[in-house]
Amino acid sequence: MPEASLTHEFQYSSARHQAETAISGMWLFLATEVLFFGALFLTWIYSRHWNQAGFDAGARRTDLAIGTINTVILLASSFIFSAGLAFIEAGNTRRLIQCCAIAWLLGIGFLILKFGIEWREDFSKHLFPGPDFAINGPLGGGARIFFVFYFLGTAVHGLHMIGGLVLVGWIILRARRDEFSFRYYTPVCVVGLYWSFVDMVWIVLYPLIYLVGRGP
Amino acid sequence: MSEVVIETPGAAASYLANGVTLRSWLLTTDHKRIAVLYFGTITFFFFIGGGAAALLRYNLILPQGMIGSAETYNRLFTLHGVVMVWFFLVPAVPVTLGNFLVPLMLGARDLAFPKLNLLSWYLFVAAGFVVLYALFAGGVDTGWTFYTPLTSAYTNGHVVATAVAIIVAGFSSIATGLNFIVTIHRLRAPGMTWYRMPVFLWSLYATSVILVLATPVLAMTLLLLAFERIFHIGVFDPSLGGDPLLFQHLFWFYSHPAVYIMILPGFGVISEIVPAFSSKRLFGYKFVVWASMAIAVISFLVWGHHMFVAGTSLYSALVFSILSFMVAVPSAIKVFNWIGTMHKGFIRFDAPMLYAIGFIGLFTTGGLTGLFVAALAADVHLTQTYFVVAHFHYVMVGGMVSAYFAGLHFWWPKITGRMYPEMWGRAGAVIIFIGFNLTFFPQFILGYLGMPRRYHSYPPEFEVLNVLSSAGATILAMGYLLPLGYLTWSLFYGERASANPWNATGLEWQTASPPLTDNFVSTPTVTEPPYNYPPPEVVHRHA
Repeated sequence: MPEASLTHEFQYSSARHQAETAISGMWLFLATEVLFFGALFLTWIYSRHWNQAGFDAGARRTDLAIGTINTVILLASSFIFSAGLAFIEAGNTRRLIQCCAIAWLLGIGFLILKFGIEWREDFSKHLFPGPDFAINGPLGGGARIFFVFYFLGTAVHGLHMIGGLVLVGWIILRARRDEFSFRYYTPVCVVGLYWSFVDMVWIVLYPLIYLVGRGP
Repeated sequence: MSEVVIETPGAAASYLANGVTLRSWLLTTDHKRIAVLYFGTITFFFFIGGGAAALLRYNLILPQGMIGSAETYNRLFTLHGVVMVWFFLVPAVPVTLGNFLVPLMLGARDLAFPKLNLLSWYLFVAAGFVVLYALFAGGVDTGWTFYTPLTSAYTNGHVVATAVAIIVAGFSSIATGLNFIVTIHRLRAPGMTWYRMPVFLWSLYATSVILVLATPVLAMTLLLLAFERIFHIGVFDPSLGGDPLLFQHLFWFYSHPAVYIMILPGFGVISEIVPAFSSKRLFGYKFVVWASMAIAVISFLVWGHHMFVAGTSLYSALVFSILSFMVAVPSAIKVFNWIGTMHKGFIRFDAPMLYAIGFIGLFTTGGLTGLFVAALAADVHLTQTYFVVAHFHYVMVGGMVSAYFAGLHFWWPKITGRMYPEMWGRAGAVIIFIGFNLTFFPQFILGYLGMPRRYHSYPPEFEVLNVLSSAGATILAMGYLLPLGYLTWSLFYGERASANPWNATGLEWQTASPPLTDNFVSTPTVTEPPYNYPPPEVVHRHA
């Protein structure tokens, strides 16, 4: 990587030094995110252990079709983003922009399906664990806790999605200003790490919400 | 490195002279200026939390309580705990001395992510406003531990606002910890190998690991708590199918490592000061370094000792008890190493050293009494009593706050370019030491005799010890107001400091006081191990 022609912030010795530092910073940030979601998953699994029937009753009310489509959408989105990264490594800015745009649109699609359609259905079916919660009887308590996790988990994941979409949008804008080249594409790497992490969270959420305890 | 730098008055190049407008401070990304912003902020919170503590001690002068209601008392001790833990103790050394010194000690020009550093200050201030709102809107009466279902179902305090404030302050801590770890990995000057780093950097590294890995767990826990409280659903509420012990596990998974977040940077400060004022190499450098790392690791494995009487199984309690005893080993290694450093040293009793020596004694007392409460049988008697309060304050106030003051005096000339008045500094250290012991030693006895904590009234037979404790608190308060006075005075009238007034090693002493905006004229190269002080005999002959 020819470095002399690239600028870098004053605290670094070279552009490469800066780039590697930025990437290690993102990895460390992801470590904190793992612990953040880790606490959620731990609580989720622990609560399920004590309220298994209620959780299963809750899981059966979720919309498996939307959940599965969203999983495909999200994985496709980060796959395509990674393809964009491969393109910019070869210096192809036009392809990078196209890939990011598709990844961005897929992300928006996920949000529409998740919050515009699935959540609205859930609310209309009184699955929000409020006063008029739909599931009553002996399983009601456990099912309520399931839906606490469902709404909190998807909301926090959704916020991360929105953050990721802002970042992907930022990459598109910078790429349109022709700021990236085969020499300099660190922000694409950093955002790519984050965008893939958002997937990883979903890959754990998906079975926890839709699959475990659903039964045949 | 180059002595030439030191001789130039350098007022124009100093970081303090680089712009005097409000904007030049509020939009700065200079780690030194951000440290100064943090100094102001946490001093403010220190006196808010301290004011609440003063009212608590005022109330306890009489057995029936001097303040009208138990409710007010509950709100005051919660305020004291929340403000002191999250808005003073956790951030104190890292965000002030750490922000200022990490790049200087590494020979770097700034932290790896200066903008993130500024963001962390804004997050902290935002969190501060929210917590002040919660305070003025009526406060919280649950104690800083927020145990469910009291917090989620019963109390009428401002739990959600306080939880939000703590979550936001937590993100601020994460940003700082992340910045330190990456900076220490990536921005060491040429020749600054890991084992040439001052112990202060090692202990901040260990602290940052805990900050980065434990804080997000607290954020999620408080999020669940807030969710539960707003929507009346029970993840932690047993009447709704939840588990209150789960909350305690998660809370202490953060909050026990958090006490090491508070004390580890203090260890780092003391490890700098003791060699400097003994004119001796730090005894057993690698042991001190790895003791810090060991504490960081073991700290994640001991949280269960907060729940010995909460209904956990005997076997898990046994394991947690043994693990808790294990933390004493690296802590004791440090104490022995500091004393080994002083042994046959040429000791100067300047204010930083007085604070440091006070720290060693008070921390040792606090640490050893920690073993009492880590023992299962003793804990059944001592838990929830003033014994625990005294133990905790010996480590946190006697230990950590002393270390903070030690470091503040030690690096004050470097930060401000002015010397503090030495006699006042020594007087402050002695007054704080006396006031502290008078405040908290009686609490060990009170706890042993069975006085429970968190009550606004008590049986009359405890009156004498409580009055002693409150009298001590008055002295302690004076001891804390004193530095506020003379340090502020020294900002304007203090003697100008030379680059290295203590003849200390370390890169931060090889640039001007106050440092240049760019820290160093040219990137330093490190060729020596840390604490390369001359043998004491040599100093003695020249002194």
